[in-house]
Amino acid sequence: MFSELWKRFLRNRMAFAGGVIVLFLFIVSLLAPWLSPHDPLAIDLKRILAPPSMEHWCGTDQLGRDVLSRMIWGAGISLKVGFVATGIAVIIGALLGALAGYYGGWWDAVIMRFVDMMLCFPTFFLILAVIAFLDPSIWNIMIIIGATGWMGITRLVRADFMSLKERDFVMAARVMGAGDARIIFRHILPNAMTSILVAATLGVAGAILTESALSFLGIGVQPPTPSWGNILTAGKDNIDIAWWLSLYPGLAILITVLGYNLLGEGIRDALDPRLRGSR
Amino acid sequence: MLTYILKRIGFMIPMLVGITIICFAVMHLAPGSPTDLQTQMNPRASAELKERLRAMYDLDKPLHVQYGLWVKRLLVLDLGKSFATDRRPVADKIMERLPITIILNILSLLLILAVAIPLGVLSAVHQDSWFDRVVSVFVFVGFAMPTFWLALLLMIFFGVDLGWLPISGIRSLNYEYLAPGAAGWDLVKHLILPVGISAFGGLAGLSRYMRANMLEVIRQDYIMTARAKGLSEFQVVYKHALRNALLPVITILGLSIPGLIGGSVIFETIFAIPGMGQLFYMSVMARDYPTIMGILFIGAILTLLGNLIADVAYAVADPRIRTA
Repeated sequence: MFSELWKRFLRNRMAFAGGVIVLFLFIVSLLAPWLSPHDPLAIDLKRILAPPSMEHWCGTDQLGRDVLSRMIWGAGISLKVGFVATGIAVIIGALLGALAGYYGGWWDAVIMRFVDMMLCFPTFFLILAVIAFLDPSIWNIMIIIGATGWMGITRLVRADFMSLKERDFVMAARVMGAGDARIIFRHILPNAMTSILVAATLGVAGAILTESALSFLGIGVQPPTPSWGNILTAGKDNIDIAWWLSLYPGLAILITVLGYNLLGEGIRDALDPRLRGSR
Repeated sequence: MLTYILKRIGFMIPMLVGITIICFAVMHLAPGSPTDLQTQMNPRASAELKERLRAMYDLDKPLHVQYGLWVKRLLVLDLGKSFATDRRPVADKIMERLPITIILNILSLLLILAVAIPLGVLSAVHQDSWFDRVVSVFVFVGFAMPTFWLALLLMIFFGVDLGWLPISGIRSLNYEYLAPGAAGWDLVKHLILPVGISAFGGLAGLSRYMRANMLEVIRQDYIMTARAKGLSEFQVVYKHALRNALLPVITILGLSIPGLIGGSVIFETIFAIPGMGQLFYMSVMARDYPTIMGILFIGAILTLLGNLIADVAYAVADPRIRTA
């Protein structure tokens, strides 16, 4: 059965492309120390804002640092933030969704009201407001992006749980004496993994976008730590003389997020047998 | 109909309470006391002075009492005074910038509607044609696009290289000296980039949703009936199918309002537009807590209002909802 899904996944060209991009970025971030041509933190004041050349394939920034090296190291930062933030969102969302879906009644009402209330806030406003009250360390950013992105997952998991808890295997487990916690985590949750996996993949894409937006505004990853977003800040400050600072990091963000989106959609297409012919 | 509206408004009240609770919780995230800002740098501030300062702001009272006092002030829209050097009331600072942000977002919304609906409909009607595929690619890129990057690129291209469009503010420096027609065109030129890019993000989502909706509606039995009756394809698609497919779009529009408001922070900052989003950004950088909380609160209120309008519009458009 698994090989059947794998074959369907491979046949979907867009999903395959997404997977290739994701894998490529993973490898780049792992091999950063060996791949980057220069030290991303090395300042060279003799070569500020140099356009792309053989020496610096993507030019240098306002302190003479090689942009390509910073981008390569920035890949690891973006992926780290993306994964941890999404991990937090998934843990919160899956937990709340499981409780709401399984127990229903009062739990469901309270949790879904809470979801609705959180959705009233423009997410970006909420993130900015919280970061203003704390300081923009990488951990705070990861936690905040995760803490504001769990709402969609909660809805999905709740829907899954509400339909799955009526199934026979749950009744069987109950009859065998399994307690609620065991049923939730050992029996129902694994069956809800599909939606969670798709949501998580798309969530990583969103988290990377949010992190780069925050870094761009100066309240995300702080320089000198390289992040695609904060290279773009320099791009904005030098918009009339250094186009390469604006072009390349943004392209990297676009391709990365595109890759994760394609991968997520591909997983969804491959694993959902009830999908109609239209996408 | 009236009962529906009243029910919806009644529903908003617990939401409002929840919003105030969340805002209050966010406010108290900051380590230390808000009055520290005024006393930290002053070596002559004795411990007793700090206590008196805290008592003056009711910070020594238990949390739920502080919450009650804060909500009472919220009800009269007293959002406190800004920590920035001008010390003006927060409500005033927000009110003078709110219209610009609202107008910008409404223009974006209109642009999204004007472009996404035709795109979605045509994609659905000509499913799997080259047009459909191109639009699909466009949609995927649109989902992945960091809009601030697009803004930078277009600023470089249209503003710096070609010089066609201005890249900051909403008026040129010589605005007062321009004739009315030229002044209007000047405004439009300033708004093209921010509104266009702001709409770009929402375009992808809405056109895709429109396409999926149209595809579902076209497969319905009543469409087959319309065709069997002998109606032209144009009438079948654009009069019958479109009307039904358009309904859920209203809800989606309501849901995209918080996204637009949140996005305005980035656009107003990049394009130096004097709106609420730019004020929010400046307040965050300056740690101007009263203004931050005020704008957060107003943002949530705007979202609630937007959803209310969307719900009412949906009820106007679809009579089935009114009786539910």
